[in-house]
Amino acid sequence: MKKNLVVVGNGMVGHYYVEKVLEANLDYKITVIGGEPRPAYDRVHLSEYFAGKKPEELALTTREFYQDNHVNAYFGDPIVSIDKEKKCVTSQGGMTFDYDKLVLATGSYAFIPPVPGHDLPNCLAYRTIDDLGEINASAKESKVGVVVGGGLLGLECANALINLGLETHVVELSSGLMNVQLDEGGSSMLRRKIENLGVQVHTSKATELISKGNERRLKMSFADGGELETDMIVFSAGIKPYDELAKSAGLNVGERGGIVIDYRCRTSDRDIYAIGECALWGGRILGLVAPGYRMAEVAVSQLTEETTVFKGADMSTKLKLLGVDVGSIGDSLGHSEGAMRYVFSDARNEVYKSLVVNKDATKLLGAVLVGDSADYDTLLQYYLNEIDLPENPDDLILPQRDGAAAVGLGVDALPDTAQICSCNNVSKGELIAAVDDGVTTLAELKSCTKAGTTCGGCAVMAGQILNSELEKRGIAVNRDLCEHFPYTRQDLYLIIRSEKIKTFEELIARHGTGHGCDICKPAVGSILASCWNEYVLEKPITQLQDTNDHFLANMQKNGTYSIVPRVPGGEITPDKLIVLGQVAKKYNLYSKITGAQRVDLFGARVDQLPHIWEELVAAGFESGHAYAKALRTVKSCVGSTWCRYGVQDSVSMAIRLENRYKGLRSPHKTKMAVSGCTRECAEAQGKDVGVIATEKGWNLYVCGNGGMKPRHADLFASDLDDETLIKYIDRFFMFYIRTADKLQRTATWMDNLEGGLEYLQSVIIDDKLGICAELESEMEKIVDTYQCEWKTTLDNPEKMKRFRHFVNSDEKDNQVVFVQERNQIRPATNEEKLELLETA
Amino acid sequence: MGELKQFDDYASKRDVKWHSVCQESDLIDNVGVCALLEKNQIAIFKLITGEIYAISNYDPFSKVNVLSRGITGDIKGQPVVASPIYKQHFNLKTGQCLEDESVLLPIYAVQIDDGEVQVAV
Repeated sequence: MKKNLVVVGNGMVGHYYVEKVLEANLDYKITVIGGEPRPAYDRVHLSEYFAGKKPEELALTTREFYQDNHVNAYFGDPIVSIDKEKKCVTSQGGMTFDYDKLVLATGSYAFIPPVPGHDLPNCLAYRTIDDLGEINASAKESKVGVVVGGGLLGLECANALINLGLETHVVELSSGLMNVQLDEGGSSMLRRKIENLGVQVHTSKATELISKGNERRLKMSFADGGELETDMIVFSAGIKPYDELAKSAGLNVGERGGIVIDYRCRTSDRDIYAIGECALWGGRILGLVAPGYRMAEVAVSQLTEETTVFKGADMSTKLKLLGVDVGSIGDSLGHSEGAMRYVFSDARNEVYKSLVVNKDATKLLGAVLVGDSADYDTLLQYYLNEIDLPENPDDLILPQRDGAAAVGLGVDALPDTAQICSCNNVSKGELIAAVDDGVTTLAELKSCTKAGTTCGGCAVMAGQILNSELEKRGIAVNRDLCEHFPYTRQDLYLIIRSEKIKTFEELIARHGTGHGCDICKPAVGSILASCWNEYVLEKPITQLQDTNDHFLANMQKNGTYSIVPRVPGGEITPDKLIVLGQVAKKYNLYSKITGAQRVDLFGARVDQLPHIWEELVAAGFESGHAYAKALRTVKSCVGSTWCRYGVQDSVSMAIRLENRYKGLRSPHKTKMAVSGCTRECAEAQGKDVGVIATEKGWNLYVCGNGGMKPRHADLFASDLDDETLIKYIDRFFMFYIRTADKLQRTATWMDNLEGGLEYLQSVIIDDKLGICAELESEMEKIVDTYQCEWKTTLDNPEKMKRFRHFVNSDEKDNQVVFVQERNQIRPATNEEKLELLETA
Repeated sequence: MGELKQFDDYASKRDVKWHSVCQESDLIDNVGVCALLEKNQIAIFKLITGEIYAISNYDPFSKVNVLSRGITGDIKGQPVVASPIYKQHFNLKTGQCLEDESVLLPIYAVQIDDGEVQVAV
């Protein structure tokens, strides 16, 4: 019989432990009991809930995952007792589970200082998804909010209150913000920066009493006699380990809390392990997720032949707090014996950096970065791998002057053991092994090693290692478009633009060989359209078009076409709807509503297309470009015009956007949507470009998609006005068209950009490459030269001649056969076709 | 591909007859047209090099008559058309499918005579 492994707690670390046990394929029956009503979720990114993330998007796993892996999982019924003698645990609801090995991953809870009044209504904690719901509800009735705690969690929480639109205060007991991670200089620079963002910071404030307020709902009274009125208070002043369960079972716990564990993560009972923030290791609670993951790995190893031990974990951290880059490495406070500090402080640009080095300045012991954490990865590697510092260590943090070479650390200098991704514990050696196994792109590297998939901080460095390794192997990764062009799509785009090439023949004569193929021709056709926007059926370029572009309709499996007229924003008059119905009826077309708020009419023969379009154009329809690698639609909800909850007119914005970008040809199809409020009924986060209304304007999301590999779009910029929104989208699309690979959708494109989202923001918002004006004028040209391809075609008898099946006969293709199903046509199956053709 | 009729080499036929199907001016370089001749659907391509080819219009993979609407080009020096449905390539000179050597399409003799496009069947 299998032994029983029982895991109590299903937070990030508890779940990670189960994943690792499953990976190790151990002979245990696994049972998981979580106290919260839902499976594990990403607590690190909790504040994104207020930026619009749903609880299910924060989820790290699902009940189905556990089912599929034969793990018994129970949620919402916490374990309340352990019987060490009988080796079983009992839940609040009375369920009992026998164990052979027990793992406690009970985590921690928000420490609430025992101040009188701390339990008044609107005094809340910031720790779980349920807490967020309460904060949200309270904030709806509030103008002013106070966060108690100026540490890492407290500032995350302040970010949440700002997102909720509150006047936000941070009250901190000690003399500075984040004083566990930052030295004094860093801490005061951080303070200055977040005060500029409108957060009011109160340090050295000990709260003595919380009582009913006069102006606002609550009043805080401080030891120094000061007072502060607020509508709500959120405590985020540190964590306390959940150790009551262990304590009542008689396991050793620390004086100030925490289940005592040894270097094998064992508690005082040999069959019970504790991991994560409930565990006390070496007298410390390690309140970050990475050390928790390391403990989980060590605890799993105890069940295998090859046991490992936990020797502590690096507590370095890099994050963005309220939009401010902050990094802290190693002994950032300089407590080590003989430690010396280098400091660089730039008050004008609000950047602070400091290095802590050993007494002969040869090794890096720690570092602090505020306002610019670009050096973090390099400094972390110096620290973790004890790499010798350059002669002048301050060169590492001093700004580069013109002409001076950057003093960085090439990735080649790192040993194979260097940890690159600390979240998922991926070393340089493992990345190299992945390259040995044939990985050639950053996206592949991320998906097979998991490096850069949690916080994303190491993605740039992972990309550099990838490139350097590929180069060493002499693998010029062959990204040539095809045998006819020794160039990538991006190269060809730049060549075509700079040399003002207008035809395929010109391009292949100058830069290629042979006559082209079905790979390079449509790709070049698309680039020519993106650059010059000429009518796609013009003689020299018509040969480049796929059959869909060539006949301005979508070929289906039986050789007939479907027709999708444009319906901007999904808004359509009854008269136009009637025309669609009449046309469908007249030509006996199968009709279906698409997912993009349009109508698709199927089963048109090539000779019918112009006749159908003549009627559609006469009724005011335009080509919908469903046949092209181009902007398809801008989906919308009804927005503030009709909806009780809408805060902006999403339909008008969708129509404006669709009319601006219609016909824009790109490396792949693109889709957009506009939602009128945060309920997101238009599903904008599943689109290449999504726009979601806020009280103050529009939030812009980019690089989402549905399809084979769904991906939620990332928040790109918040609270934009109409003009800025359109400016950013102009730049985004043209930058995508300029730099994406052939048939690469925006999501993969961004995953492959070194620096990912942040890089994209720096290019499009901060104009880091100085190309924004160019991108905008390129887009302006496309917008100005738009034409409805069907209208142009109908006006041109020469082009109309192509729409026939036989060049020498008006007969129809007798192989196109339909049968009836649910009162409409559908293509006959091969068997049906044979039967029908025989009887005919 | 057992359902395909074995192709008889046109040259071996005694009584080759040329049929006019359209004017040369009806053709666009590298873009196909389809002609109907004695119930045969024939895809005709005039390439930008001046070469002209005729091949069955029937795509045996999708089982529909669409090859005239494929993109032309060359793969390793052979002139080809790619099926617009599932993108297999067919050698325009021989009818050979590049992805599946068991698939060979009928080809036809084609010529331009005094501005007329003529096919032999």
